[in-house]
Amino acid sequence: MAVSPTTMAAVRASGAVPKAEYLLNVENIRKEFPGVLALDDVSFRLKRGTVHALMGENGAGKSTLMKILAGIYVPDQGEVFLKGLPIRLKSPLDALENGIAMIHQELNLMPFMTVAENIWIRREPKNMFGFVDHGKMFEMTADLFTRLNIALDPESQVRDLSVANRQMVEIAKAVSYESDVLIMDEPTSALTEREVAHLFEIIRNLRSQGIGIVYITHKMNELFEIADEFSVFRDGRYIGTHASTDVTRDDIIKMMVGREITQMFPKEIVPIGDVVLSVKDLVLKGVFSGVSFDVRAGEILGIAGLVGSGRSNVAETIFGVTPATSGSITINGKSVAMSSPNQAIQHGMAFITEDRKETGCLLILDVLENMQIAVLQDRFVKFGFVAEKEISAACKVMSDKLRVKTPNLQERVENLSGGNQQKVLIGRWLLTNPKILILDEPTRGIDVGAKAEIHRLVSELAKQGVAVIMISSEMPEVLGMSDRIMVMHEGRVTGFLDRDEATQVKVMELASK
Amino acid sequence: MTSEQATAKTAGQTPSKQGRRLPPEVSILLVLIGIALIYEVLGWIFVGQSFLMNQQRLTIIILQVSVIGIIAVGVTQVIITGGIDLSSGSVVGMTAMIAASFAQASTWARPVYPSLTDLPFIIPLIVGLGIGLLAGIVNGALIAQTKIPPFIATLGMMVSARGVAKWYTKGSPVSGLTDQFNFIGTGIWPVVVFLVVAFIFHIALRYTRYGKFTYAIGANVQAARVSGINVERHLIKVYAIAGVLAGLAGIVTAARAQTAQSGMGVTYELDAIAAAVIGGTSLTGGVGRITGTVIGAIILGVMISGFTFLRVDAYYQEIIKGVIIVAAVVVDVYRQKKRKV
Repeated sequence: MAVSPTTMAAVRASGAVPKAEYLLNVENIRKEFPGVLALDDVSFRLKRGTVHALMGENGAGKSTLMKILAGIYVPDQGEVFLKGLPIRLKSPLDALENGIAMIHQELNLMPFMTVAENIWIRREPKNMFGFVDHGKMFEMTADLFTRLNIALDPESQVRDLSVANRQMVEIAKAVSYESDVLIMDEPTSALTEREVAHLFEIIRNLRSQGIGIVYITHKMNELFEIADEFSVFRDGRYIGTHASTDVTRDDIIKMMVGREITQMFPKEIVPIGDVVLSVKDLVLKGVFSGVSFDVRAGEILGIAGLVGSGRSNVAETIFGVTPATSGSITINGKSVAMSSPNQAIQHGMAFITEDRKETGCLLILDVLENMQIAVLQDRFVKFGFVAEKEISAACKVMSDKLRVKTPNLQERVENLSGGNQQKVLIGRWLLTNPKILILDEPTRGIDVGAKAEIHRLVSELAKQGVAVIMISSEMPEVLGMSDRIMVMHEGRVTGFLDRDEATQVKVMELASK
Repeated sequence: MTSEQATAKTAGQTPSKQGRRLPPEVSILLVLIGIALIYEVLGWIFVGQSFLMNQQRLTIIILQVSVIGIIAVGVTQVIITGGIDLSSGSVVGMTAMIAASFAQASTWARPVYPSLTDLPFIIPLIVGLGIGLLAGIVNGALIAQTKIPPFIATLGMMVSARGVAKWYTKGSPVSGLTDQFNFIGTGIWPVVVFLVVAFIFHIALRYTRYGKFTYAIGANVQAARVSGINVERHLIKVYAIAGVLAGLAGIVTAARAQTAQSGMGVTYELDAIAAAVIGGTSLTGGVGRITGTVIGAIILGVMISGFTFLRVDAYYQEIIKGVIIVAAVVVDVYRQKKRKV
């Protein structure tokens, strides 16, 4: 018995809105994606005129919940109540018309249109001839900006605005829909301190007007500064809601990570050799800076940090995909220039990228073609001709060793499961006999069995003296596999933790510093 | 049961269900045979004679096909990388004009270079291939270094190369070519050139590193780069080869006509792309074979010859040709979609 947007609007206009205790009320939501239970029986309540923060690690389910509230996903089970009335959101437009607006992390504005056009798109005021009344539109925008205390020219083009100002436009747009609920997904991630202060001022202003704000953040200090309440999620489950004045930083971290590490990481302690790769003051302008670390033969260096902390960028730079702005890379004591992946391969590096489909697999080609492509750079080729027999034999051996489940080497890689695709990619790089292996999220989207196999394999490689760098968002994986953990936050290294001293709490502290 | 086990199981079932998959060329060959048989039947009904039992007609078909085929071998490789080459027709015109100007006999009244007549065949050959190579390198370098879409880069070359062809002699044809030069266009020679070119690049695509890298770039350019392939250098190579082959086609065209005109090769690029696509090369990249392209070119030749044979109006011929090209792409899109399910 969902209420249509027009009915809602009518109800709202009449002022007869039932004085429900909560502005927004989410009950027992469940959402499943193929292979993943993203949200399991989650409930959540937003009070009128409050800022409610959502906290949790990557993959805790915050984003999925937000996307459900914004009408992007439809839940499998459960109900959403707006001011006590059940609603069913089928599209983002649906949500907007019900008074729920979302400000996305990646902003959704049209760069070549003006600020005013962006705000009133689809609802442009028209003159008597049915044409857009630009004068009126700019007036409306100016009024809106005055109300929100935003100093922007309604006629400027969005592409000329800074990220912070674009965010202001997004907020103004959301408010222009007379939204009751505003969802903000890490709104400060690209802002300077001053811009953050201005944003908070606007948020407080909105709050005093009775708007409820759902605020996703990874930053503890913001939580205490702006949020009235917060809810914690973990592994798709709702953990609890508290007033932000009641708790300490440590309490929250414990709530976020409070799970036991399972015994699925067969990490063997092996003798660690000499430094193989040494990185000094590596900088990629605008992305990360001052990154320095060593990796030794037989060592597994874990890199932890939140998504967007620059972990993957560091890996790409070391491998020559995005050459560094400054800094030095030394391999076996020799300083090397790393300006292309080809050079990295020549120096005995291998890189299993984060995104299997985008930068890993040649999906429409077969297992053999996928496995052989990197090693063909300098082996199995005579006078330009590929030694078909030898390379096929080598790939067959590798695929058996890695237990790739495929009917034969002529099967297209797109027909394999995620875990087997990952094994094919690992095989591609093992054929090059790497001395340094970089793994970026090696077990993302892979089921438990294949995960354990990949962990065992990485451990085995370290035992053979390969220096391993492993980036992972999964805390148990980082803690279970690494000899040492480097933690990053916003493009900086915030600390190193030895295997013995590393705990989830310590890593999380460094990751949100 | 985990999702991986489930997937592995279905993947395991696929081959047994389908049996051994036939090479894709077989289905294209069947289409060719089908079309030929339809013409045969229609021939007996409407014209009262056989379509296939006519050696002269078959010779003409294969001759007509060779020039387009030579170009299509290059274009196929470009399309496999995920690109396109719209310039080949204009490059044919440009190289035909320039190569011919180095192949004029001293007996001709107004040669372009009066002091450079009666040169051995090797000179115009090298000049022609060199011009094609240059055009190809420019295409490749533009695409690889500036990252502009191949469509735009080769469109620019298409317009400019045609301009060069016209400017070269201010529009007048280049005639009075030596017998030595014309020889390459006589008898069965164009066919021989076509088949040799096709054979060489069939081998190159299937058995060399050049071929493996070409497919890898077309399948996923990011992954190819991370795997250590110098994508920029490789793309220049591929476009350069397409340019050389267009140059070769220009030489053969001039030799066949025993004269060169600036309008030679107009719309050849479209026929070449059509031959590749009909032959199973996918415009999304990563898929395609030279054997398919050869059959594709022959299908195009047979279609056109059949229309003439059935006395279909020339205007209809063009209309129907357009429909066939679009249909081939629709079939390709359908094939890609079906694969994903």
